[in-house]
Amino acid sequence: MSIAPAKPDLVTVNIDGKEIAVPKGTNVIEAARLVNVDVPHFCYHPKLTVAGNCRMCLVEMGMPAVDPATKAPIMDPASGKPKINWIPRPQIGCGTNVSPGMHIRTTSQMVKDAREGVMEFLLINHPLDCPICDQAGECMLQEQATGYGRGYSRFIEQKNVKPKRTQLGPRVMLDDERCILCSRCIRFSKEIAKDDVLGFIDRGSYSTLTCYPGKELKNNYSLNTVDICPVGALTSTDFRFKMRVWFLKQTNSIDPESSVGANTVVWSREGVIYRITPRRNDAVNDTWMTDSGRALYKAVQAPDRLTAAKVDGTDSTVDMAVNAAKGIFTANAGAIAVVGSGRSSVEEQYLTKQLAAALKAGTHLVSRVGEGDKLLLSADRNPNVRGALVTGLIAALPSAQLSALGAAIDAGQVKAVVSVGEDLAAAGLTAAQLAKVAIVYLGTHANATSAAAKVVIPTLHPFEKNGAFVNQQFRLQKFLKAVPGPVGATDDLAVLARLVTAAGGSAPADHAGVWSALAAAVPALAGVAFAKIPDTGLALDAAPYAALPFVEGETLHFKPVAAK
Amino acid sequence: MPAPEQRRIIFKHIDEPGYSNDLACYVKHGGYEILKKAVTRKPEELIDEVKKSGLRGRGGAGFPCGVKWGLVDRKSGKPIYLIVNADESEPGTFKDRYIIHQDPHQLIEGTMISCFANNVKQAYIYIRGEFPHGARILEKAIQEARDAGFVGKNICGTGYSCDIFVHRGAGAYICGEETGLIESLEGKRANPRIKPPYFPAVLGLYQCPTIVNNVETLCHVKYIAEVGGEAFAKIGTPNNTGTRIFCVSGHVQRPGYYEFPCGTITLGQLLNDVCGGPLPGRKFKAVIPGGSSAKILKFGERFKGKRKVGADMVDYDWGVEDVPMDFDSLGMIGTMGGSGGVIVMDDSVNMVEALANINAFYSHESCGQCTPCREGSLWMKKITTRMVHGQARTEDAALLKGVADQIPGRTICAFGEACSWPTQSFLAKFGDEFQGYAAAKPTKPAPAVPLI
Repeated sequence: MSIAPAKPDLVTVNIDGKEIAVPKGTNVIEAARLVNVDVPHFCYHPKLTVAGNCRMCLVEMGMPAVDPATKAPIMDPASGKPKINWIPRPQIGCGTNVSPGMHIRTTSQMVKDAREGVMEFLLINHPLDCPICDQAGECMLQEQATGYGRGYSRFIEQKNVKPKRTQLGPRVMLDDERCILCSRCIRFSKEIAKDDVLGFIDRGSYSTLTCYPGKELKNNYSLNTVDICPVGALTSTDFRFKMRVWFLKQTNSIDPESSVGANTVVWSREGVIYRITPRRNDAVNDTWMTDSGRALYKAVQAPDRLTAAKVDGTDSTVDMAVNAAKGIFTANAGAIAVVGSGRSSVEEQYLTKQLAAALKAGTHLVSRVGEGDKLLLSADRNPNVRGALVTGLIAALPSAQLSALGAAIDAGQVKAVVSVGEDLAAAGLTAAQLAKVAIVYLGTHANATSAAAKVVIPTLHPFEKNGAFVNQQFRLQKFLKAVPGPVGATDDLAVLARLVTAAGGSAPADHAGVWSALAAAVPALAGVAFAKIPDTGLALDAAPYAALPFVEGETLHFKPVAAK
Repeated sequence: MPAPEQRRIIFKHIDEPGYSNDLACYVKHGGYEILKKAVTRKPEELIDEVKKSGLRGRGGAGFPCGVKWGLVDRKSGKPIYLIVNADESEPGTFKDRYIIHQDPHQLIEGTMISCFANNVKQAYIYIRGEFPHGARILEKAIQEARDAGFVGKNICGTGYSCDIFVHRGAGAYICGEETGLIESLEGKRANPRIKPPYFPAVLGLYQCPTIVNNVETLCHVKYIAEVGGEAFAKIGTPNNTGTRIFCVSGHVQRPGYYEFPCGTITLGQLLNDVCGGPLPGRKFKAVIPGGSSAKILKFGERFKGKRKVGADMVDYDWGVEDVPMDFDSLGMIGTMGGSGGVIVMDDSVNMVEALANINAFYSHESCGQCTPCREGSLWMKKITTRMVHGQARTEDAALLKGVADQIPGRTICAFGEACSWPTQSFLAKFGDEFQGYAAAKPTKPAPAVPLI
């Protein structure tokens, strides 16, 4: 299946007495990480160019001594090991790549002094307003001051005064006094977001981060600057002053806004989501995500959430709703269509397929196509169209409009429609067409379809359930339940299983059961267990689908297969 | 021992009555003859002459010019750039300005010879923003030389072409640091680059191999092309070849510029014999021998050790007056020849106030990129300013030293050393003055001691 990567050139280095072989081109910080040695740093970020300006990652470095004439290594007679020529001044770990035989010391007096010096310098003009700072609890300055600082201050002068509240853009607020001038946000804007709007003005300790005149930090990736800001200088206008981060529970999730499937963390407390941040996956999204993907949690508590089952417009119970659906299935046998969704999880799509099979109904999928931004928002705004292919819910790519279904309704061939979370009106069906058919609607939010439906059963938002998506790279990625669903909403799998039963078939009703069935029935998922899917996903074989004309263009870590 | 005679090579025509900075006057005095001969030679020969000459860079670090040229990556296939560092900003230094103002064609000729030797097709003169007059003079001189076929296309009819452009800085000391200069020339903030990987000889201007030389250095190259490397190496002392221009300022009778063969004159001869000694009724107290970032020397201190003379190691026991003014001797006693700016202070100077001025300068000029220099330079300034404004504490001396010790060797560029060495050396040599400042200078209002 997967091809083993070519073995990179390895370089053996010695870090604090531990030998390790690391790929050529690795820097000292990353090499030290591999032997569990922490090299503290602020400006270095693994996904940005090296600036080398914070000077926190200073380490002591040495190279084996060689005889100038013979080039043979000089041995230390006492230890029998090569003699090391230690460089008398500390070197930066971020900007120094490993070389054969390199020795690194991170615990020597020289390194300790250097770190204490840098920490003291960083703190003298820092406001030390941790009690009111949103970054507290996840602040690199706080952590490293504790870990590597002296613990007292010799500074009795006046601190520098800088702007405290600069709105850099609609979603990002800047406190310049907290800024340690690491330039991460500047490099991110220039290198990743390709929106070079940030820079420093003034000089020396009075340097001030600001937007270029007439510009705003308003691109769809602006909140990544808040994530990578090592201090509380950049804060999210949405999140600031809302919650202390140490109270928040972190749940791994997936950004459901497009087929990129950016890995995320959902931060919640007591059933309420406060923010969404990216989770590192070097094969998918590095450490970034869109601003739009972060705002999706707001839908969870939206006032138009469906919270009660309805039959013919009146509140009901799920039992009665399933019974009513059963009546619709019986009355319209042979004239039923199932509209599945590219937003459903793999598990739900599998049960949707079972439902269609039990009803002997045709299946449709709604396509959502937008403009790709070439980064982390792809043209396919469904997170899981490939899941529908893998599970066999569909065999061909969906079309933008449900015109075939509309024609079938007009012709009287379809008299009932089961919609799994899709707003049929938004997908192109007219109000007249909706009125002609009996609709069974499973969904999270009220819309024209839920209003027109005979049977409505509220279900869960992705942040409220476990599931998996298959992204544009055919990477199976799981998301976990961060918060419980609202009272009145039922798990999608349970609802679908009951509908399958109502339609005369049988299907597992719980998540584990669905996965047993998936592993048995879907060749691509043979042997896959949900719990065993790595946090960074599992690459599936894309070869069977290589000929399909997928809509995605190039994005970060994804190149479309050339059209054949 | 009386001071030796001045030997004016670079400053031969400076302040010469009747000598003007136009091409006609320069040509009348034999100008551009050396360039005409140089372009008929093999470039490698010229590089060899410079290597043999032992010429050390006159910008401050004293790095051997031939070695610098030897490091240039000539295999990459990228164009090689030469940049003339005319960002003469080190306090106490004013030699390049005289060359630019009074003898610009000497610089242009030296630049063109260096360009030809290194196969450079494009050179830049980066001149500090505070030299608008100098920039205009250079532009006019380059145009004259261009019109006469010494600069630009098909130089002296050889088919070799190389142009020079003048680029004006915007007033920042850090633009004199070569990688900061390159960033500035590229149109960015003059933040010095990290080395490795951005050594100018490999990844310089526009990521191409680049040579950055001081104005005076390139004038020496012209002289080396004229007399040959070996003849040049005979001037001065071994490893400290050629002449040096000393810019003497401060409390002497005759401040000014003086050119001597390197190492042939002692500091005492320079200050007492050449510059006329201290002002009436005063005594020398301290001297900074190589621009304000060099470590200060205290009159009365002695330096002992061994030094190499020929093949032998010889003991030396010098007072400040006995130190030969060359790179190695000044380096041996813990300071540096630097840019040649000799700043003299007599016993009227309070060292705390002198350091307060120096610290004010360096904190103003720190680019702010890396932490130790950015925060350390301003902190030191805040401490010394507070001291002279009447709130000195005895523990400030130890604090100042503690702050200064956290800067050098930990920064991206040599500014870390430049801003911390004054404080370190002032404290080491005049520590009692700092400790006793509170008692010696009772409380006074803030405007009492105006700082720059």
